[in-house]
Amino acid sequence: MHNSISKRSRALIRRETISAYLFLLPSLIFFIGFVIVPMFMCLGASFFNYTMTDFEFIGLGNYVEMFQDSIFIKAFVNTVVIVVVAVPAVTVFSLWVGAAIYPMHAVSRSFFRCVFYLPVVTGTVAVAVVWKWMFNKYTGLFNYVLDGAGVIDQNISWLGDEKTALWCIILILFTTSIGQPIVLYVAALGNVDASLVEASKVDGATNLQTFWKIKWPSIMPTTLYILVITTINSFQCYALIQLLTSGGPNHSTDTIMYYIYYQAFKLNRYGYGNAMGVFLAIVIALFSIIQFRLTKAGNVD
Amino acid sequence: MNSGVKKTSTYDVITMLAMSVLAVLFIFPVYWIITGSFKDAAAINAAIPQWFPQNPNLENFVRLFKNPALRWLFNSIVISIFAMGLTCVTAAMAGYALAKKRFIGQKVLFTLYICAMALPKQVVLVPLLKEISFLNLHNTLWAVVLPTVGWPFGVFLMKQFSETIPTEMLEAARIDGAGEVQTFLSIVLTIVKPGIGALAIFTFISTWNDYFLQLIMLNSKEVLTISLGIAKLQAEMSNDFGLIMAGAALGSVPIIIIFLMFQKYFTQGITMGAVKG
Repeated sequence: MHNSISKRSRALIRRETISAYLFLLPSLIFFIGFVIVPMFMCLGASFFNYTMTDFEFIGLGNYVEMFQDSIFIKAFVNTVVIVVVAVPAVTVFSLWVGAAIYPMHAVSRSFFRCVFYLPVVTGTVAVAVVWKWMFNKYTGLFNYVLDGAGVIDQNISWLGDEKTALWCIILILFTTSIGQPIVLYVAALGNVDASLVEASKVDGATNLQTFWKIKWPSIMPTTLYILVITTINSFQCYALIQLLTSGGPNHSTDTIMYYIYYQAFKLNRYGYGNAMGVFLAIVIALFSIIQFRLTKAGNVD
Repeated sequence: MNSGVKKTSTYDVITMLAMSVLAVLFIFPVYWIITGSFKDAAAINAAIPQWFPQNPNLENFVRLFKNPALRWLFNSIVISIFAMGLTCVTAAMAGYALAKKRFIGQKVLFTLYICAMALPKQVVLVPLLKEISFLNLHNTLWAVVLPTVGWPFGVFLMKQFSETIPTEMLEAARIDGAGEVQTFLSIVLTIVKPGIGALAIFTFISTWNDYFLQLIMLNSKEVLTISLGIAKLQAEMSNDFGLIMAGAALGSVPIIIIFLMFQKYFTQGITMGAVKG
């Protein structure tokens, strides 16, 4: 009796498994073919001296070379600067905007949400070319406005100066990164338990206290998610660099992703490019784990 | 402090003011693209910027269309539509299986999808190009479509939406003798329709704007997309901002209009697609 039930349920599980995999099959073909396979190819190729002409196992050779490559080190430092500046700026700013527009009337809330999402929709290339014009030394708006306001006394070549180029990139990256976090924060604030907010107000808490004691802890998962996706995006900053500065002047805007592209596709050093890619993936994973730990720790007390 | 009666405080006024200023700053680049595309060379290079084009004309667009700009636009549309269609079909099926079926290997598979989502997508591009070349797809529109469909975000999003399907409905259909395919078509799809809408619009816009993938996969003249076309104009005639703005307008205005039309779905998609920690 018992045996026959378990036999029947085993048959049921088998049937469910087969039908589940049939539903999954089309997706799995693409997922395995174009995500999982290249992932392993990336890892594998990173141990080879792999160019147009060579294919030779060199163990950790590419990784060793990486840390002796001064341009790579510079690109790594630039990338970390971008991440360390952009991620907190994006998170704090989008929380502020999210909190500011959440209580508004539905129409104005939706209006502002669209406006801040606009740079994402406009597309990296269109955004990059218009900023390039605005940053132009002779015909750009920035010099005109700042000159008019008396902030600068001679025209600055914003993207052509080592001191300013990276900051210009960060500014543009910032405007294209806040759209999604704001949408997420507005949604998360809408999910905060209204009775808790009411209760704290009855107890005489100020708006600020209510925010920190009630709302902030309950939107913590959203904050974590925003930190992680913004970190991943900022680490991969590539298109803006390629379109605006090509890593210059004097490598001051080289990022890891840009340098990977340069090594792998311009110099055809696939093995070396892949090794840097693996390194970048590990760094991103470490950052995500740290953020996860920190926000969890902050949640406990 | 807050007595329940809604009244406009100084704080509200300041917030509204700050948001409006920021809104102007965020709209401005798009305004500058569109007005710039109608300016002649004199207006573009004027020492004092013309906040509104004084002598608007279509000269930039005439020059733009001497390039195969319509061909670029057409390629972008084709890529985005194919990526959108294939993503929606495969993700709806997979998301349903992951959410509503109990099967061997389910946990492992779902974890794999989630981990892949945290992967830096662009890192995979180097080996991806090798693979695409191996498959003889380099410089075809499929080179952009196929990897886009493989990206696991859609599966995750559709799983979230499929969780909302009442299990009793599926049970009832089975008791009535409906087959798997029939259940999927008549019950599942009806319920997850908003999710498919969200995924469709999301995929369309992100494929349209996925410059890096296009850059690596497409470089022969006849397969360039509008994003690549604008970048090409910029690389070849870097100070002809009128022409470049005309290209940027052609590439961004259609997608902005699509976004505004479907923004409700879009917002829902972003929200449902967030992994909760």
